[in-house]
Amino acid sequence: MRILIPIKRVVDPYAKVRALPSGEGLDTAGLKFEINPFDEIALEEAVRMKERGEATELIAITIGGSECEEQLRKSLAIGADKAILVETTSALDPSAVSTELAAWAKELQPDLILMGKQGTENDENQTGQRLAAKLDWPQATFASKIEKLASGFQVTRETDLGEEVVEVAQPAVITVDLRLNEPRYIALPGIIKARSKPLERATPKTALTVKVKTRSYANPPARGAGIRVNSVDELVAAIAAKGVL
Amino acid sequence: MSRLLLIAFDESDLNSCGGFATALGLPYDALLLSGNSTVGGEKIFQAGLTAIPTADTVAGLLAVFVHTYSHVAFVSSMRSKDLAARIAGILDAAMITDAIGIESPTTFLRPMVAGAVIATVDAEPPVFITFRPSNFAPAELTAGTVVPMGIEPAPGSKVVKASAKTAGRPDLSQAKIIVSGGKPLKDAATFETVLGGLADALGGAVGATRAAVDTGIAPNELQVGQTGKIVAPNLYIAAGISGSTQHMAGIKDSKVIVAINKDGDAPIFEVADIGIVADLFDVLPQLQAKLPGARS
Repeated sequence: MRILIPIKRVVDPYAKVRALPSGEGLDTAGLKFEINPFDEIALEEAVRMKERGEATELIAITIGGSECEEQLRKSLAIGADKAILVETTSALDPSAVSTELAAWAKELQPDLILMGKQGTENDENQTGQRLAAKLDWPQATFASKIEKLASGFQVTRETDLGEEVVEVAQPAVITVDLRLNEPRYIALPGIIKARSKPLERATPKTALTVKVKTRSYANPPARGAGIRVNSVDELVAAIAAKGVL
Repeated sequence: MSRLLLIAFDESDLNSCGGFATALGLPYDALLLSGNSTVGGEKIFQAGLTAIPTADTVAGLLAVFVHTYSHVAFVSSMRSKDLAARIAGILDAAMITDAIGIESPTTFLRPMVAGAVIATVDAEPPVFITFRPSNFAPAELTAGTVVPMGIEPAPGSKVVKASAKTAGRPDLSQAKIIVSGGKPLKDAATFETVLGGLADALGGAVGATRAAVDTGIAPNELQVGQTGKIVAPNLYIAAGISGSTQHMAGIKDSKVIVAINKDGDAPIFEVADIGIVADLFDVLPQLQAKLPGARS
């Protein structure tokens, strides 16, 4: 089984990110960039499938600028066998990315596309579903457990009400949620060792047409700090005074 | 022609749609996948499904059905994102996730980076939207003509087992009062007794942090935050919650935030309207006994 793992480069998900004063973008000065944490969970799951003998080949793919090489090198260190960097400097959106990924999936013919449920920068939660639609493959989103079946997968999904177990035939798109696994820690030697693995640079196969354009970025009004109280009686009085009970 | 279709999984979704439909200002119809309603728009298409099929089995049919609309909107939820993005993918249409404001029928506001930044985005119709109801002032939907509609799922992913809707406490995304807790609640039984007790006394819902869910103290559907539920109650009581960026992303539209934490330096105090540095195990039972209107 071949697994394709789309990887997105995002600004450090634990950093405090602000809009630039000009409103033209995010102020990422001095901030690190990482693999989107949900994609890292997807990659970890793919590596475990390979370790269990369920998968034979893991291909990581990123669409973006040359700076994304860092995240693909890390993906190789985590356990991808091969990485593809589809180079572009265009602004992207889930429509453009899913269309491009669909073209690559048609060429690479994976049995499974495993990816994060959303990127932590844009929080859009669309690309997996759109990709599944373009390929006309079944989808299972928000996966918290994946088991290989004879010719498909049994996926436990997180839902608004709790959990749901679904079966999907392969090839399929599965998007992963936080609780699927705990990604392994990769030490620097592993990253250096991964330098011998193939990282292919490619040009886009599609026009990368975006459907949604971001006009400006702004910081929401901050919530001001309120009052501190020193006893439960004061707390009860303060809550009662707000008139929200 | 500009026209909105509201797609609701059941009546509870539909109840949250009035504010959005009013703010968008276009003529509208509704499609109710399960349940019944006589309000919802000029036409109320009722599919009458008893169980909601998986997204990949109904998206194709819905793509055909919705293609005459300029705007198709859903209340933001995990299941609506699952379905809306699939239909948008089939139609190669724009999609706005988690809209929180409307500047015009082609310009929307949406949060990104866990709500730290608000983006103004432009999209040409057809556009799919999932919206956060708490950001749109409640408004009535118009009454209309009910039109029965058949939905025959196509082959695709199959549900083997699913959690049922639990009766009792209000739904987190619609609750007026939420009592929420983190890892200091220790275990599932303590979480239920201490938080659940106060929530029930106030007629509220119970929420949890990611850490509480990850450690098995609380079930996943109670998670509040960037990747869990986004809530906007009148009163959010955060007990033993330090206030990570990811959690704060889910609560900052709450009217009043109360923080109870032993650590006076916890970031939650920076956004709380009322804070007390104290042990939640001391404070919560006393609140249950002393808050006006709390049933003991």
